[in-house]
Amino acid sequence: MKLRPAYIAGVAETPLGEVWDHSELSMAAVASREALAEAGLTFADVDALFTNYMGEEGTVQLGEYLGVMPRYADSTDLGGAAFEAFVHHAVAAIHAGRCEVALIAYASRQRTRRSRKMTRESDNSSLSAQFELSYGLPGPLGHYAMIAARHMHQFGTTSEQLAEIAVAARSWAAKNPKAWARDPITTADVVESRLICDPLHRLDVCLVTDGGGALVVTTAERARDAAKRAVRILGAGESQTHWGIAQMPDLTVTAAAVSGREAFGMAGITAADVDVLEPYDSFTITVLLALEDLGFCGKGEGGAFVEGGRLAPGGALPALTSGGGLSYNHPGAFGLLLLVEAVRQLRGEAGERQVPGAEVAVAHGVGGLMSTASTVVLGND
Amino acid sequence: MTDHGPDLTGLPADPTTAPFWRAAREHRLVLQRCRSCGRFQFYPRPFCLSCSDPELDWVEASGGATVYSKTTVRIPVIPEMTPPYVVAIVTLDEGPRLTTNLIGDEPEIGDRVSLTWRERADLPPLPVFRLAGDGEGQPLSQEGAG
Repeated sequence: MKLRPAYIAGVAETPLGEVWDHSELSMAAVASREALAEAGLTFADVDALFTNYMGEEGTVQLGEYLGVMPRYADSTDLGGAAFEAFVHHAVAAIHAGRCEVALIAYASRQRTRRSRKMTRESDNSSLSAQFELSYGLPGPLGHYAMIAARHMHQFGTTSEQLAEIAVAARSWAAKNPKAWARDPITTADVVESRLICDPLHRLDVCLVTDGGGALVVTTAERARDAAKRAVRILGAGESQTHWGIAQMPDLTVTAAAVSGREAFGMAGITAADVDVLEPYDSFTITVLLALEDLGFCGKGEGGAFVEGGRLAPGGALPALTSGGGLSYNHPGAFGLLLLVEAVRQLRGEAGERQVPGAEVAVAHGVGGLMSTASTVVLGND
Repeated sequence: MTDHGPDLTGLPADPTTAPFWRAAREHRLVLQRCRSCGRFQFYPRPFCLSCSDPELDWVEASGGATVYSKTTVRIPVIPEMTPPYVVAIVTLDEGPRLTTNLIGDEPEIGDRVSLTWRERADLPPLPVFRLAGDGEGQPLSQEGAG
C-alpha cells in the first residue's frame, strides 16, 4: 500500500522570553493561528489536536479555547520528547485515515510564573519519593549529572568537551534575534561557571524562559494553498527507557538508540545524510548522548566528536542552530521549537543562521529524566 | 470481613514496598529474589522482571556494592539534606542498582562501598553507603546476580 506523504505545512513561535501580556492559552492560540495561516488553513480545518502541559485533561482545555472539537486527540506525555512523538502519531493517524489536518501546539510561562521546581513529588508514596527524593536527588538535574559522570568515567569525556556544546549553542544564538542569551561565551566560561551538580555547571544547563509554538501536519492536498513551502516528514520514531535513574539499564545509552533507528529506518537515511541537526539540549550531556545514539559518532566518541566547533556555525555538522534550549529558549518542553527551527532551515528562511543548501533535517526530542526520546526526519521534496 | 491491607503506620503509603521498609527498620537491606530463575530485583514488583514468574522471596542483601555513578549536589533540594552532599547509584553485589547517598570519605566511581544506615525522624532509616574498609573490598560470588 502506498501511504500518502505527510507534511509540516505551517510553523510558528509563540511570544518568547518573558511574556507578561498573554496567558499560556492565548500564546498557543496566536501561534496556532499563524501556523495555520502559513499552511493556508484555519481553525475550522483542524480535525486533530495534539498538546500537553496546558492544564488538566491534555487537549481538552486548549481545544475549547481554540474552538476545535477534534476527531483525533492526543496528549501523549513524553516530556520534552512529546512533540516529535506528536508528529509521529499525526503521521500514523493521517496514514490510517483518521485525520487530515493535525494541529500541535504548546505554550508555557514557566519564567514569569516562577513555576520551575527542583522536585516533582508531593507525597511520600511514589517510587521516586521513596527511592530518589529521600536522598536529595534533584530532578532532572541530578539524573543528567550522574549520566554525565558515568560517561566521563567510562569514556574519558571531559567538562571542556561538554562545554563545546554550550559554546556552539551560544554562537548560533548570536545569529538569532529571538534568542534569549546572545553574548559570546568560551569553553573556559562554561567550565568556570558555578558547579550545580558535579560535573554539570550552570552553563551546562538550559534556560528557564516563557515560550512555545505551533505546527500543522497535513497532506499535500490540504496544503495546496499554503503560503510557504511545506516540508515532507520522511521518518519518525520514539522510545523510552526508565523513570528512576537506577532503573536505566546503561547510563550511557538513551532511548534515542531506538527512536533514531526507527526514524532513520523509515526515512531510509543514515546520520551521514543529515544536513542540519536540532538535538534537544536540556543539558550539554543530552546532546552528546544523542550524537552517539543517533549514529553521528560511535558510543563513547561524543566528546572528541564535538571538539573544534563541529556543531557551531561553519562546523561540519550544524546543530542547535536556533541557539537551542541552552541559549535561545527553553519553555519547559522544548521539543516543538526544535521542529519549528528544522522547518525554517529546510525552507531557507533562517536568516543569518541559515545552513546553506539544507535538504535533510532531524529534530530529536528528549524528555523526563533522560527517559524518553523521539526523532523526526524532515526533508525537502 | 474486609481486608484493609497491611499496616503502613510510619511507612511510605505504598503497600508494595512495606516489606522493604519494615526490614530497613531493623537495618536489613532486603531484595526480591525469583524462585524460578534466581535473579534479584529492586524495587519490588509482583513478578520477576527477568522471567515474569510471580513467586518471589525477600532476601537480605550482603551490603557490598560498587559505585556506578555519583554527583555532588550543591543546591538545596529537601530540608533534611544540607548541600553539598553526594548522591550515587550503586550496583549491589546481588545485581540490582539503587540510588543512595555516599557518606564519609568520598569514594570514586568503581570503588567498593558498604552498607550503613541514615536515621530519619518520621520514616524508616535509609540505606546509604560508605567507602569499604579492609576485608570488605571483595564482591561476593556473582552467581545468580542480575
